[in-house]
Amino acid sequence: MAEKVAFELVAPERVLASEEVDMVVVPGAEGDFGVLPLHAPLVSLVRPGVVRVFEGDRVVRRLFVAGGFASVDEKGVTLLVEGAEPVEAIDLEEARRRLRDLEEDLEDAKTEAERRRLERLVAVARARVEAAERPDL
Amino acid sequence: MPSLKDLRNRINSVKQTRKITSAMKLVAGAKLRRAQEQAEAARPYARRMYDMLGRLAAGVRDLPEAPRLLAGTGEDRVQLLVVMTADRGLCGAFNSQIVRAARRWIHEKRDAGKEVRLICVGRKGRDMLRREFEELIVDAVIGVAGKRRIEYADAEAIARGLVERFDKGEFDVCTIVFNTFRSVMRQEVTFRQLIPLEPPAAEGRTEDEPRAVWEFEPEARLILDELLPRNLGVQIYGALLENAAGEQGARMAAMDNATRNAGEMIEKLTLFYNRTRQAMITKEIIEIVSGAEAL
Repeated sequence: MAEKVAFELVAPERVLASEEVDMVVVPGAEGDFGVLPLHAPLVSLVRPGVVRVFEGDRVVRRLFVAGGFASVDEKGVTLLVEGAEPVEAIDLEEARRRLRDLEEDLEDAKTEAERRRLERLVAVARARVEAAERPDL
Repeated sequence: MPSLKDLRNRINSVKQTRKITSAMKLVAGAKLRRAQEQAEAARPYARRMYDMLGRLAAGVRDLPEAPRLLAGTGEDRVQLLVVMTADRGLCGAFNSQIVRAARRWIHEKRDAGKEVRLICVGRKGRDMLRREFEELIVDAVIGVAGKRRIEYADAEAIARGLVERFDKGEFDVCTIVFNTFRSVMRQEVTFRQLIPLEPPAAEGRTEDEPRAVWEFEPEARLILDELLPRNLGVQIYGALLENAAGEQGARMAAMDNATRNAGEMIEKLTLFYNRTRQAMITKEIIEIVSGAEAL
């Protein structure tokens, strides 16, 4: 594979990654999709999950993202995310604890808006636990 | 004539002031650099989101059920102005510049028969506007503008508040006012309408550039529902960072002036002090000489 894909990972505060890679697998809202060179233009929602970066047929980076947006054009893929952390850096115990805390908060939620916000956070926390449970996936 | 002791005290106190202002200038300089770096680092996200919005907006522009954050309520009766200032003073005309522009804006809208509401981000803006428009202020966010490092989460919280109010139908149009950082000497008061959002540059480029056929997953409308509130946060974040840089720039300039003025004052006072001292010595000599002559 001669052609490379430009992979950009951008958070509101700064650019987290910008590199040329062989393939990126993005957790899209309607299923994972892989981005290879000359992918058709696409704008997609990203669900909380793991972004996998490939060199050759090997995964070189696994990044957990809390959801965001992906934009693919002929040059590559740009991910707009709230933040990202390497999957191997997630502490499974801590992730489980956070999920539990959020679930408790959700039960105590008073207003509708508060409940919606927490539901979202719970979904992120759950995906984070799942990512940490299967770090080699 | 003031006594020599008074003059000495005066000189010393101005020297102390100069020490403080020049220290403040240095601190503002360091903070300015940090604020500028932060603003610089935040730009790529904002730019890419803007591009993405353009693509999506072009896709749904013609749909009847475009999201309300984009299409608005169809009215412009209730106008919400988010006044973004600093939490602290001693930065020249930085805060009063914004407040003055906001005041003019409020009067204009009222004269046009609109209802105006205010949200103040920054203590100084609230304090200054409270005198005249107490009853218009619906909320005030204090403590964000003065933070060492402004985080995206702060901006997002403000944005979430705005969306909640909008969904409750508390206002039709939302505009923010802040200072755009041009240079240390120049900050420009900027008004920007956030709700409904002006669809970014969707027209201009579709004409000559062959428009790529974008696919959306899920459909554009659903993505927009997620993207628009996020964009609000990004806009506010950008404004907060511009303001932070502007505030430090303005403070640096103001403190530079103050330091120079203090220097001039010290020179003048020292000259006067020496003259007075000399005059007193001369007077004493004359007294002694004329006393001796009288003998």
